[in-house]
Amino acid sequence: MQVIDETTPGIKLRRTVRRRTRGRQRWSERLLGIASPLVLLVLWEIAARAGMVDARFFPAPSSIGHAMLTMAKSGELESNTWATLHRLLLGFVAGGLPGLVLGILMGVYRPIRLAIEPLIAATYPIPKSAILPLILLIFGLGESSKIVMVAIGAFYPIAINTTAGVREINSIYFDVGKNFGAGRWNTFRTIALPGALPFIMTGAKLGAGLALILIAIAEMMGAKKGLGYMIWSAWETFDVEQMYAGLFVIALIGFLITIVFDELERRIIPWKGTK
Amino acid sequence: MINANEIPVAGLAASAAFPARPPAKIRIDRLTKRHGTLTVLDGITAEIADGTFCCVVGPSGCGKTSLLRILANLDEPSSGSAEIVRTTRLPLNSVVFQGDSIFPWMTVWDNAAYGLRMRGAPHAHIKEVVGHFLDRTGLTRFANHYPRQLSGGMRQRVSIARAFANDAEVLLMDEPFSALDEQNKTILQEELLRIWEEHRKTVLFITHSVDEAVTLGDLIMVMTAQPGRIKTVIDVPLARPRNVLELRHDRDYGEIVYRIWGHLREEVAHPGQRRQDRT
Repeated sequence: MQVIDETTPGIKLRRTVRRRTRGRQRWSERLLGIASPLVLLVLWEIAARAGMVDARFFPAPSSIGHAMLTMAKSGELESNTWATLHRLLLGFVAGGLPGLVLGILMGVYRPIRLAIEPLIAATYPIPKSAILPLILLIFGLGESSKIVMVAIGAFYPIAINTTAGVREINSIYFDVGKNFGAGRWNTFRTIALPGALPFIMTGAKLGAGLALILIAIAEMMGAKKGLGYMIWSAWETFDVEQMYAGLFVIALIGFLITIVFDELERRIIPWKGTK
Repeated sequence: MINANEIPVAGLAASAAFPARPPAKIRIDRLTKRHGTLTVLDGITAEIADGTFCCVVGPSGCGKTSLLRILANLDEPSSGSAEIVRTTRLPLNSVVFQGDSIFPWMTVWDNAAYGLRMRGAPHAHIKEVVGHFLDRTGLTRFANHYPRQLSGGMRQRVSIARAFANDAEVLLMDEPFSALDEQNKTILQEELLRIWEEHRKTVLFITHSVDEAVTLGDLIMVMTAQPGRIKTVIDVPLARPRNVLELRHDRDYGEIVYRIWGHLREEVAHPGQRRQDRT
């Protein structure tokens, strides 16, 4: 039995001990997160070399890495990646900004919400990939059709989440704004926008994920560049290593987007931070 | 004997007893507010002189908050009127809301500066005024903190600093301390009085606590519940500046508290006639 006495240094000691174990735990947990994909890659490599899996469908990671290196050297990987990133960025802005503005307007003004919400509810469930032929018909095979697809993907989650975010804001904050003389613009700027930011960020993350899916699909249909095109042409030439290389880069982009948005969230929503 | 004068409602306007009384700052005329079939405020008439710290005390559901929201222009009266008499070009009123009302997404400084910024006050002026009121509320050290990092008492101080810094003609306070523990409440009452002494602008302070009303107010409007009416108005002639702790064993203080409790007990024991009709 241990007697706990506020005056003994024992309390302090126990605290430091606990903190140290917690730190060690966190480190080991992080290690686990890094180790598990590495272990999987190693197993895959062994299985491919030993002929346990069909190397035509599951080429060894080392040969995929080799293919990537070759493509990187020729500049093929780089130009396709940039093409995709460029479309993603333009489309995200082109769809996200209107989504944000409309979402805030719908959150603040009831008549606008009543008018627009049915339209969104009716068009949202249409699989975005199913609209691709129509988009190709309207915007042609060039850049604009790809950017429009990304924009559609980013628009819906951002508009819907922004509306929800504004409506979640406690009405007392709007009373405060009115009482302290905030006009229409200042109500948007100082209350609706920051109050809805946590929801907006969630919408932006969802939108980015959807955008990535849609750009891959859009680039497989009638594109001359991009990761989707690269994967599709690899299928046509049965270059499985190249196909995996494309998949890997797309996965990496998705992963980096998550990191960027998490960091962005931490910076623009500092009031949600520690403590 | 205590000096507290009980003025019947009808006699409130007859301020002949105080010829030197300053002009009315808040005028409430036959103010009625209904929510559907429920009459929240029923024909309230009152005048509050400039520079008065007026407390409104009454049981919950007596329409205290409705009265404040109408005065703050956040609600419309059903009939009658409630107005603040404008004498300067400053904003008419600042509200200290009940519960948490400071913006979680702004630092303490930005919250306190909100009103001044919204009306485009010069930067140097904002800096001076906000700095002053953060100092007076002991928040200077926390200027860059977010509300989430503060205790409930600290957050309510921010709300008070925000209202004072806005420099409105009238301060409207809606049970600002009701969510605080007893110690914090006492400390904040003391601080509020100290800051108020600097300018002595008209205050309408809503509370359900009789002690709080007597501690802070010059004038107490006791209200009845459902429908909300002014039962009586009581003057609190306790000397200023007041010390919240010392007041506790002041004999006059005790007498006034006791007297108000008499009115309220009556109100709780024999609720309004209409209420019985409704049930």
